[in-house]
Amino acid sequence: MNDEQATVVFENVSKTYRMGEVEVPALKGISLEIPASRFSMVLGPSGSGKTTLLNLIGCLDQASSGTVTVCGQDISELSDRAVSQFRARHIGFIFQNFNLIPVLSAYENVEYPLVLLGLSANERRERTEQILEAVGLSRVATHRPNQLSGGQKQRVAIARALVKGPSLVLADEPTANLDSKTGAAIIELMYKVQAAYGATFIFSTHDPQLISHAQDSFVIRDGELIEHRVNEARLQNAEAK
Amino acid sequence: MNTLKIASRSILRNVRRSLMTVLAIAVGASSLVVFGEFVARVFAQLETRGVISGGHMAIYHRGYFDFGTGNPAAYGIRDYQSLLDLVANDAVLQPKINVATPIINLFGIAANFQDEASKTFFGRGVIPADYNRMQHWDEHGLRDFVVDASINTTDLSHGNVGVGLARILKLTKPLKLSAEKDASGVEEPAHGAELPKRDFTGLEDSTHAIENGSDSGASVARLDLLAATAGGAPNVVTFFADKAIAQGMKEVDDSFVLMNFALSQQLLFGRGEKQAVGIVLQLHHTRDIAAVRARLEQLFREKNLNLEVRDLKELQPFYKQAVGMFSAIFMFVAVIMIVIVLFTIVNTMSMSVMERTHEIGTLRALGVERTGVMAQFILEGALLGLIGTFLGLAVGVAISEFVNHAGLMWQPPGSAFPIPLKLMTSGAVRLFVSIGLGLSGVAIFAALIPARNAGRMAVVDALGHV
Repeated sequence: MNDEQATVVFENVSKTYRMGEVEVPALKGISLEIPASRFSMVLGPSGSGKTTLLNLIGCLDQASSGTVTVCGQDISELSDRAVSQFRARHIGFIFQNFNLIPVLSAYENVEYPLVLLGLSANERRERTEQILEAVGLSRVATHRPNQLSGGQKQRVAIARALVKGPSLVLADEPTANLDSKTGAAIIELMYKVQAAYGATFIFSTHDPQLISHAQDSFVIRDGELIEHRVNEARLQNAEAK
Repeated sequence: MNTLKIASRSILRNVRRSLMTVLAIAVGASSLVVFGEFVARVFAQLETRGVISGGHMAIYHRGYFDFGTGNPAAYGIRDYQSLLDLVANDAVLQPKINVATPIINLFGIAANFQDEASKTFFGRGVIPADYNRMQHWDEHGLRDFVVDASINTTDLSHGNVGVGLARILKLTKPLKLSAEKDASGVEEPAHGAELPKRDFTGLEDSTHAIENGSDSGASVARLDLLAATAGGAPNVVTFFADKAIAQGMKEVDDSFVLMNFALSQQLLFGRGEKQAVGIVLQLHHTRDIAAVRARLEQLFREKNLNLEVRDLKELQPFYKQAVGMFSAIFMFVAVIMIVIVLFTIVNTMSMSVMERTHEIGTLRALGVERTGVMAQFILEGALLGLIGTFLGLAVGVAISEFVNHAGLMWQPPGSAFPIPLKLMTSGAVRLFVSIGLGLSGVAIFAALIPARNAGRMAVVDALGHV
């Protein structure tokens, strides 16, 4: 697999946090390539380095060493401002705690990334209504986050991540705060919208049962990549669709 | 648009804290409005009092102001009528000047021989018609403050005296003054006329008595004024006091005589050349002082006149001192209010940043730049400042209206009697704009530090991922 086909390329990436005098390694020389337009999963127990990995992919943090290339761009070369603009254009985030802006309605939360991109009001309205319809939230579009259930909040977060048509969507433990039924529904929704929108989806989880949903699985433990598994059945299924 | 939306809704989200912040700003703003209007009123009163009695400026023979008050005759302006014509006919000065009138300042001894009382006096000779016209100057609309101090226009031997001098010279009976001061130390007319306007109509009887040749001494306030003429010879004129007008300071009140210009010329110059000691100029507007002064000095240079100009602040040092003092007090109050507002907003915004760390991380993850996050919190601080300021201005206006209609009285510095306590609401727009811009600016400045902290947060730290 070459760089043009991969959305994310890690070359010998390490990340070490400093806790006072103590250095805590979170990632240890990871090299990986995450293919474009795939529904990929990062699997590992708590503290394995999943979130750190996603933070580096999402340009929220910088590697201590190694090279991180996202959508063909070496992230370490970008200024803080350029990184912000890169995130605004190319990356959508879905957080474990939903992270919706509490003072904005569901509609406004979803519309927000489009405002950052400077789209016209008409285009924003069209895209927002379309994505809210796709995640089944048209009826609660005017509700504030505190008026929504956990599942609804995560649907809003998915809509917000997808509305701008990003190349890459990152979901950090998106089902951790949901019951198993709702969690499964959210994963299925993510899978469907990924197929519909063609974006590269990477989500992290500590739940091995979700591995069947992913086309690519990257298993990490103690900051090291243990295994890269490809789910051929899921891939063929996607190609068939 | 989204920034404004989030800012305004975030303010409403934590109503209690926002309300306390807004109230703190409002208290600061309303305090500054009320005190600012009070100070403006004091300034206007002091200015009006100075302008109606001594004009905005005076032209003297060079050296008189510094050295000549003890010997005014030596510093007289000989051809003062030509000087008046020069001023009156100048195209630059003419539209700015309300009254240009000659005056004489002199010192002497006033004696009531009938009652064997005498006292040194400070006399001012004025042209009655001009002086009375000057009494109507009221640029700041303070009609309830201006006292009727007009001088007799028909008889050159008539004039006014200070209340203190009237008492010392035992003129209380003919001038119908109470012999004793009241408990508050304020001079009260004998027959209960309301302050601050004083009724001296009873004097007409005594005036008529004099005119009819029935001067009994007990009903007429007659004085003999003695002074040295320009040539050094003693001179004396007869003077009749029509009114006793309280002066602001006791030293002045105990020695002041306001007399007809012609009588003062007669007293100071005897049979010699009649001169003026100064030319008083009262302008239509105080703001023209600098322009008029500059034009006069230009004229004096061009005409090679050995004259100098002294303006209100030099003629009335008390005015300058009082303005300085009240300005300092106002600044002190303003600084305290600004510090309170500053710390209140810093505290509120810091709390807001701390509570919304996750939101800051989310915004940054979505692609909002550091400056965008900073703008978010600065806007919130500015909104709190604006709301608090507008509320404070409204409350300040309401308090002002209340005070102006409450009928309260007070005795300001330099005043001899109580006057209505009022606040200067007319022309307060400049004060409002200054307070509005000032406090809003303080609010923005106060929000800068928390906003900067918010903008500098590492995204992963803000998101709580580490």
